[in-house]
Amino acid sequence: MNGTTSHATLRHGPPADRIERFTWVERIMHWYTAVVYLYAGLSGLAIFTPYMFWITIVLGGGPSARFWHPFAGLAFVIGIFWMHHTWSQDLKMDADDRNWLDNVKYYITNQDEKLPPQGKYDAGQKIYYWGMFWSTIVLLLTGPVMWFPERIPRNLHWILPIVTFVHSVAALVTIGGVMIHIYMSVSNVPGSLQAMTEGHVSRGWAMLHAPKWYARINTREKRP
Amino acid sequence: MASKLLQIKAISGHAGTAPGANMSRDYDVCKLVDTTTCIGCKACEVACLEWNGYPFHPTMFDNTYQTMPDTAWNYWNLIRFNEHTAPDGTFSWLMRKDQCMHCADPGCLAACPTDGAIVQYTNGIVDFNQEHCIGCQYCVTGCPFDIPKFNPTTKKVFKCTLCSDRVGAGLEPACIKACPTGCLHFGSKDDMKQLAEQRATQLREHTAHKDAGVYDPSGVGGTHVIYVLHDINSPEKYGGLPKNPSVDPMVRLWKGPLKWMGGLGIFLGAIGIAFHYLRYGPKEAEIREAEIQAGGGNERHD
Repeated sequence: MNGTTSHATLRHGPPADRIERFTWVERIMHWYTAVVYLYAGLSGLAIFTPYMFWITIVLGGGPSARFWHPFAGLAFVIGIFWMHHTWSQDLKMDADDRNWLDNVKYYITNQDEKLPPQGKYDAGQKIYYWGMFWSTIVLLLTGPVMWFPERIPRNLHWILPIVTFVHSVAALVTIGGVMIHIYMSVSNVPGSLQAMTEGHVSRGWAMLHAPKWYARINTREKRP
Repeated sequence: MASKLLQIKAISGHAGTAPGANMSRDYDVCKLVDTTTCIGCKACEVACLEWNGYPFHPTMFDNTYQTMPDTAWNYWNLIRFNEHTAPDGTFSWLMRKDQCMHCADPGCLAACPTDGAIVQYTNGIVDFNQEHCIGCQYCVTGCPFDIPKFNPTTKKVFKCTLCSDRVGAGLEPACIKACPTGCLHFGSKDDMKQLAEQRATQLREHTAHKDAGVYDPSGVGGTHVIYVLHDINSPEKYGGLPKNPSVDPMVRLWKGPLKWMGGLGIFLGAIGIAFHYLRYGPKEAEIREAEIQAGGGNERHD
C-alpha cells in the first residue's frame, strides 16, 4: 500500500477462495426445520418421560407444550418435505456410498483417507436424511391419532397403544440422529456450521469431505 | 378434584417415590353393583350429576331404554342397557351401571406423563387432578375400560372420582345414597367381596342363573368397583364389559423398557459423543499443494 488511498468495497457472494454450498433459501429451510424440530422434539421428550417433564418449564408449561407439540410437528413435516423437494436428488445412495458405509469405522476414527470419495453429501449424511425422512412419515401417520384420540371410535381404541408406541420409537430415532448431526456439524467437521449459516465452505473442506462435488464444481466454474 | 383428606399411594408421572406412601393404613374401599337387582331407574346418574354440579344431558332415543350412547366428561355414570336373548330363547334386560372401575393397577395412571395429574389413594380410589392435567389423553390410551373423557374446551380429562371428596369426609358416594333397590353397596373391599360372593351363591343355588358370579378382574389387580353378574362367563353382553381387561402390553412396553431405554440411550449417546470428541476430535482439512500439482481429479489452477 504505497498509494494515498485505500478502498474497501462490499463483497457480494462468497469470498474468492470459497465455494457456495447452500443458497440462502436452503439455509432458511434448514433453520426453520431445525427450530420447529427443537420445539417438537423437546416437548415430545418432556411428555415421553417424567424425568424430562421439567423441560416443559421452558416451553410454556405442560398444557402449552401439549397444545403446540402437534403444530410444531406439522411444521417440521412441511420442512422435511421442502428439504425432500430440494435435496433428495443429491441424497440418492450410490456404489461409493455403500462402500463408504461398509467402512464407516474409518470415518468414525478419523481415517477418512481410507474411504471412497463422496459427493455433495457423504453416505452418513444420506443415511441421516433418509432416517429422518422415513421417521417423519411414521410420525405423520401416527401423530394425528394421538392429537385427537377423542375422535377415535371406542371400538378402535385398541390402536392407541400401538400408535403411541410406534410414535415414540420413531421420535427416538430422530433424536439419536439429531444428536449426531449437531455434533458432526458444530464440532467434528469444522466449517460445516458456517456452510449452513453463511452458505460457503473452503476449498480444503470441499476437497476433503466432498471431493466428487468439488470436482463437479471445479469443472463447471472453468476457472482460468 | 383430588381430595386433600386421603392418603396418596401412587402419583402419575412422578420422578421419585410418592411422598407419604405407607405412612398410614386405610381400608380398601369398594363399590358393589348388583346388576341382578338394578332396575335401570338412573337415580345414581342424577345423584352423580347433582353432587358434582353438572347439568343433565338431553337423552337420545335409540328404540331401547338406553338414554344416551356413552358417558361424557361431565356425565361420569351411565346405565348401559342391553336387550339380551339367550340361546335357549330366554329374554332379559341387562342393566349395568358403568363408571370408572378404580383399578388396583390403573392403566390411566401408568400412561399419564404428568406429575400428579392422576393419583391413587391408599383406599384404592383413583382420582384425576385437572389442575395438573395437560390434556394429552394418554389416560384414554391406558384405560382398558374407555372411561376417561376429554373436555375439548378446557382440554382436561374427567371421570368418576368415586366421590373421593365425600369418602374423605366419611360419607358414601352419591350414587350409593340414591339407589332405591339396594343394588349399590359401599364398604371395605373385603366386606363387599364377601357380600358379592354371598349374592352370587344365592343366585346360583336358588335361581336359574347357574353362571352367576362376581366381576373383579385380576388382570388390572382387581377393581374397587365390582359387579354381581347373572352370567360371569360373558361380561361383554353387559354393555361391553371386557372379559379379561388388562393394561395393554404396548402401554407396558412404552412406559417401561422404551422409557428407560430411550432415556439411557440419549444419556449414553451424549457420553459417547463427548468421548469421540476427546479421543478423535475435529476433522481438519489441510490442502497439500504438492499432491495437487502431481495431478488427480481435484486439480486447482491458481
